[in-house]
Amino acid sequence: MKRFLPVYACAAYLFLYLPLLALGAFSFNDSKIAVWHGFTLAWYSRVFQNSELMEGTLNSLLIAVVATVAATVIGTLAAYAIWQKKLPWLTGSLYLSLLSPEIVTGVSLLVFFQWIFHFLKLQLGMHTVILAHISFSLAYVVIVILARLRTFDRSLEEAALDLGANDWQVFRYVTAPLLLPGIVAAALLCFTVSFDDYVITSLVAGVNSETLPMIIYAMARKGVSPEVNALSVMITAGLGVLVLISGRLESKR
Amino acid sequence: MKLRAIFLAPGAVVMLSLFFLPLLIVVAYSFLTRGPYGGVVPPWTAESYARIVDRLYLAILWRSIWIAAISTAICLVLAFPLALYISRAGLHKNLLLNLVMLPFWTSFLIRTYAWMFLLRDTGLLNSLLQTLHIIREPLPLLFNTSAVILGLVYGYLPFMVLPLYATLEKLDPALLDAAADLGASPAVAVWRVVVPISRPGMIAGCLLVFIPCLGSYLTPDLMGGGKTVMIGNLVQNQFTTSRDWPFGAAISLLLMAMVLLVMRVLGDKGEELL
Repeated sequence: MKRFLPVYACAAYLFLYLPLLALGAFSFNDSKIAVWHGFTLAWYSRVFQNSELMEGTLNSLLIAVVATVAATVIGTLAAYAIWQKKLPWLTGSLYLSLLSPEIVTGVSLLVFFQWIFHFLKLQLGMHTVILAHISFSLAYVVIVILARLRTFDRSLEEAALDLGANDWQVFRYVTAPLLLPGIVAAALLCFTVSFDDYVITSLVAGVNSETLPMIIYAMARKGVSPEVNALSVMITAGLGVLVLISGRLESKR
Repeated sequence: MKLRAIFLAPGAVVMLSLFFLPLLIVVAYSFLTRGPYGGVVPPWTAESYARIVDRLYLAILWRSIWIAAISTAICLVLAFPLALYISRAGLHKNLLLNLVMLPFWTSFLIRTYAWMFLLRDTGLLNSLLQTLHIIREPLPLLFNTSAVILGLVYGYLPFMVLPLYATLEKLDPALLDAAADLGASPAVAVWRVVVPISRPGMIAGCLLVFIPCLGSYLTPDLMGGGKTVMIGNLVQNQFTTSRDWPFGAAISLLLMAMVLLVMRVLGDKGEELL
């Protein structure tokens, strides 16, 4: 047992990381096929010259930033309200939205937008993607902030109230500043979830709102291209850094 | 308190208008008739539900359930020793646990793509084996059900490790010493002491893996190459290619009902960990 577990753990970590490392290594391969030919950075420069990819990146960033800001603000306020007094229906529906299969969330939003557009002369596009992202990332924000609030000392709020602060001042000057690391962690998480989403986005996206995951998906279906490997390395590195920052903030209690 | 109502309002509006209302519309659509150009038209009917009881669709349902079940079982077997190791790793516990979670928080799509890169006919594994003259023709590693299961196991393994770790971490090492004193070998001690104690973690982990596997769409689509159709793919197909919204709506609700059922059956213990 003593010998088995460490060996097994090593194998498990290899299983988790080897595919990503191989993908990364071959993004520097000077050949289109999966046989090592020599080192190159050509695929990286190809990514930056690909206008479709750049446009997709900009769309994804725009969507993720707007959705993150909105979901973080709305989610933080909601979490604070839930923390003050339990609201089983709201927490329940947030968990339900978290556990709903993405495809179901996606098609329900699709039929909802199509139904609304019968009355309003509008079309699917960036705005529908952003609304969808706010909706599915809200649960993540509320859960992270609630976890943070559970370790929060209520007597700090009571002290502020005793000293004459009103409810808003208590939140603004006492609770929110202390909650800030949690809020930032929630926002970073929200950003990664939004930036990565393919299933829901592809259903509610219009003609001019192609996101990066949608392009990667299309390329992955066509075949393997080292360009996608290079792009994957950059996205994984970027998101990885965000996750590390987020984890740091969350563990600082 | 007035401020609380103001704080609550935006979140409640988002959940009502962008979660419940859409679901309600899906419910309504599932009872309507398919329109000539897609969309829905009257009359109201339950025909879409009756159509699910077709041998073709039942086969897809059954396949989704067993693929999800096998993936969950493999995750459990793979995750248990890993979680046990991490829970007893002393100072490095958090680092090791974060290393399991890190790939999970990066892109799911890219992790799936990484396996496609490895397993394709012209992928890394086949190229490697051919260069070493072990095989002549590429092995059909991708675009089959095993590849789908591999993709799901890889994708959701962290969901199993996390709750298992949470229960194993609380395990008192003295229990293992006691088992050893009473003559149990380490393997017997794990089987008779550690496994029963970690049951809540196992249930939570199975729940957290089984639910996303059951409703998965991307993995069967990419790793299965469209050949291994699961419920999620059937739903997507009704809303795009087939343009049969009422039927798609009915299957979506069936999938939702299955998720809720699994939550109920395994639920109470899992909920605490969410």
